Amino acid sequence: MPTLDSRTPAGPLAEKWTKRKTDLKLVNPANKRKYTIIVVGTGLAGASAASSFGELGYNVLNFCFQDTPRRAHSIAAQGGINAAKSYQNDGDSVWRLFYDTIKGGDFRAREANVYRLAEVSNNIIDQATAQGVPFAREYGGTLANRSFGGALVSRTFYARGQTGQQLLIGAYQSLMRQVELGKVKMFPRTEMLDLIVIDGRARGIVTRDLVTGKVESFLADAVVLATGGYGNLYYLSTNAKGSNVTAAWRAHRKGAFFANPCYTQIHPTCIPRAGEYQSKLTLMSESLRNDGRIWVPKKSGDGRTPDQIPEGERDYYLERKYPTYGNLAPRDIASRAAKQACDAGLGVGPGGLGVYLDFSDSIKRLGAKAIGERYGNLFDMYNRITGENPFAVPMRIYPAVHYTMGGLWVDYDLMSNLPGLFVLGEANFSDHGANRLGASALMQGLADGYFVIPYTIGDYLARGGLAKADNGHADVKAAEAAVNSREKKLLGINGKHTVDWFHKKLGEIMWENVGMARTKESLEKAIQEIPALRDQFWRDVKVPGVEGEFNQELEKAGRVADFLELGELLSRDALDRNESCGGHFRSEFQTEDGEAKRNDAEYAYAAAWEWTGENKPWTLNKEPLVFENIQLQTRSYK
Amino acid sequence: MRLTLEIWRQKGADDAGRFVRYDHDDVSEHMSFLEMLDVLNQKLIGKGEEPVSFDSDCREGICGMCGFVVNGYPHGPQPLTTVCQLHMRHFHDGDVLRLEPFRAKAFPIIRDLAIDRSALDRVIMAGGYTSINAGGPRDANSILVGKKESDLSMDAAACIGCGACVAACPNASASLFTGGKISHLGLLPQGEPERKTRALSMVERHNAEGFGGCTVIGACAEACPKGLKLDFIARMNKDYLAGTLTFREEASGGGSG
Ligand SMILES: Cc1cc2nc3c(=O)[nH]c(=O)nc-3n(C[C@H](O)[C@H](O)[C@H](O)COP(=O)(O)OP(=O)(O)OC[C@H]3O[C@@H](n4cnc5c(N)ncnc54)[C@H](O)[C@@H]3O)c2cc1C
Ligand code: SF4
Ligand code: FES
Repeated sequence: MPTLDSRTPAGPLAEKWTKRKTDLKLVNPANKRKYTIIVVGTGLAGASAASSFGELGYNVLNFCFQDTPRRAHSIAAQGGINAAKSYQNDGDSVWRLFYDTIKGGDFRAREANVYRLAEVSNNIIDQATAQGVPFAREYGGTLANRSFGGALVSRTFYARGQTGQQLLIGAYQSLMRQVELGKVKMFPRTEMLDLIVIDGRARGIVTRDLVTGKVESFLADAVVLATGGYGNLYYLSTNAKGSNVTAAWRAHRKGAFFANPCYTQIHPTCIPRAGEYQSKLTLMSESLRNDGRIWVPKKSGDGRTPDQIPEGERDYYLERKYPTYGNLAPRDIASRAAKQACDAGLGVGPGGLGVYLDFSDSIKRLGAKAIGERYGNLFDMYNRITGENPFAVPMRIYPAVHYTMGGLWVDYDLMSNLPGLFVLGEANFSDHGANRLGASALMQGLADGYFVIPYTIGDYLARGGLAKADNGHADVKAAEAAVNSREKKLLGINGKHTVDWFHKKLGEIMWENVGMARTKESLEKAIQEIPALRDQFWRDVKVPGVEGEFNQELEKAGRVADFLELGELLSRDALDRNESCGGHFRSEFQTEDGEAKRNDAEYAYAAAWEWTGENKPWTLNKEPLVFENIQLQTRSYK
Repeated sequence: MRLTLEIWRQKGADDAGRFVRYDHDDVSEHMSFLEMLDVLNQKLIGKGEEPVSFDSDCREGICGMCGFVVNGYPHGPQPLTTVCQLHMRHFHDGDVLRLEPFRAKAFPIIRDLAIDRSALDRVIMAGGYTSINAGGPRDANSILVGKKESDLSMDAAACIGCGACVAACPNASASLFTGGKISHLGLLPQGEPERKTRALSMVERHNAEGFGGCTVIGACAEACPKGLKLDFIARMNKDYLAGTLTFREEASGGGSG
């Protein structure tokens, strides 16, 4: 089985990034304008990369499928962003942030990347503040912090419940400045539908203009994907409706390895599903667990309203099982505990699929005003969706698919195995191992875009060797032809079921068999059912309209077609990993008290899957995870 | 419950467009407004008809992608609520709802309820930022910001760029949007150095994009799902005036020596 080299610099952990930066080749400033870089995505990762490239003098072509770059899904992040500033004087440090992240990821991430992430985290806060991001402040004018799951220090910076929005708007504004200066050319409502590879290097993309339907190719010296996560594979997730895997998947089919797809994060605190027509699930930020207490009735089938259940008859199960971390236990643990409670018949609300998140103690202790200041907009959102007031009755919450730790494999420089293809943010697999800690995705996206890729891409470009390529190149024509014929095919099937019908079916298969708990049997079932559904899709889907127009059903059809392939790979990866770690819980592998049981002897590697062709088995490549600085342990939050 | 929907259908910029009536008898009070339309679209596709085009992404009231007019109200009648967060429990069995796109010269219609709001991006391009590059800024806590100013700046920064304010305004002005950005940055020490030039160039771009002027009617603030206040327009006018008064060509050249 082939092994992969991460090209991590040698030397002590704390000096690796400095060493790499000194060794990197530089592009002469006067030559930067001769290079063109494609950036797909305008979320925190894409916008920060594109604006930084523009500032450095490169020509940038930047794409997103929304109508403006400011709407990328990063906008929805509520809770906050971590950094090792230690402004609270509570013992935080770069090392501690590094350690918490590695441990939170259940020892399945690459040490050197995580250390670099912690190292540059402080720069992010400085950068965002200089952009005018209105972080929450103390009365003295300094920045405020809150706590997030999986940490015993208070290192999370926030802007009310809209941290992602404010960070993204900061990055977007810098991006707009570069657009005005002519360094970045922006292509909103434009979807990447294929990667162009010439002489083994990523050289461009094929896109569809979502307004006119025009299919077109763009060429460049390097391609950067910052296209977000694939949680919508499950149909219902906390992701935005448009979030999809297409860009990454198309690159995968062109040779980029897809790593650890089975590491999916199920978030413990989401508003439960209300009915068949449900189109997405809404997250209630983890920050609520600072002041909310999670409980279920002790008695199965207890029909009383929450206020009528006396203290003694409530089970605050997280506080009971994990006295040290309590309600702030990491997400995978909190989600599984909620599922266990509901499986045991203790769930509340319709269908018994919910647990209480109760603020009454905090309201008694701090007053409704203080709680309103901290979480007002989240309470309002809950109230708008459910019609219930969390000041008066506890919230009902249930886990939902939220984040995907897996993604395209990248080396230390964030380059995939395909030379010239770089992958940033949630779209890559790099920093969160098998479980991501809260407030660490925003940190990673901005670290990648502002402080890592501007250095490493220069090294790639400075090494040269890129042949001239133009739109007449046979590989460009072939990629374009493939996109066109796939669209024609989708529109020509004219079958019985809508795209959404297939997407929901796929979601059901995934949630039932490849969700919070997986078994050999359930995974084998998924591996049978998904290809069958995929065949049915290509025989029986109904996509109305034509290609040369604004056609939202056609957009969705292409995305669902790719999910139907990813679903199979994800299930296979989960079946292959005979251990439980982080978000990947195999029921066969658990400790006596129901915790994940890792198998470090056999599975301390990243699984990077290689596409070998239509209907052919994937090849598994392994990147061994070497831990030189920390001791592998069983995670304990007790 | 059952609803009658009158929806604006327009194939593209060249099509004249018209309202089309749909009877929708499959509506639950727990649905969001957009889920109600999703269900309608599934039925239309099943019948071989064209589904209704409308934009949405986050469906959490934060991305600003959704937005159309319901019975004359941008984002519908519920205050401080985007149409993706509007739930059907606020409507009644038998209601007739008229859905049309946000209308303004600066917002061309793409199809049905989907519009082109890129003019708002171009207003930001004119100066809605602090002109700093990535790398090397000073420690965040070396810039102290009073909690009050910081909170007010956040109130202004909460704008989601949806364009409802423009749709609500009889002059199709984007002053609340523009004033929001000018206030967000102008209230912070980081935005101070460019406060006046920013106001000047953003307002000029706003006008050039075909948005109308503000005559302080206040319909924008009523329609704004994020509660932006008219005060932000006042702040914009003050900074704009200061900008015109102090405007002079930038000094050029690096000097001799
Ligand atoms: C509800 C919610 C709350 C969250 N809260 C937090 C939090 O508090 N703290 C935290 O750290 N993390 C949080 N996260 C996670 C975090 O927000 C995301 O992981 C992160 O923002 C992803 O950023 P990104 O730049 O990688 O991708 P995204 O922001 O998803 O951006 C993807 C971009 O790619 C573009 N794109 C995708 N495919 C294509 C294509 N084929 N063609 C063209 N363009 C394409 C999109 O248009 C978009 O611009 C939250 C996530 C959710 C869902
Ligand atoms: S000011 Fe309000 S209505 Fe106008 S774009 Fe911003 S959020 Fe929308
Ligand atoms: S869809 Fe994002 S605000 Fe409505």
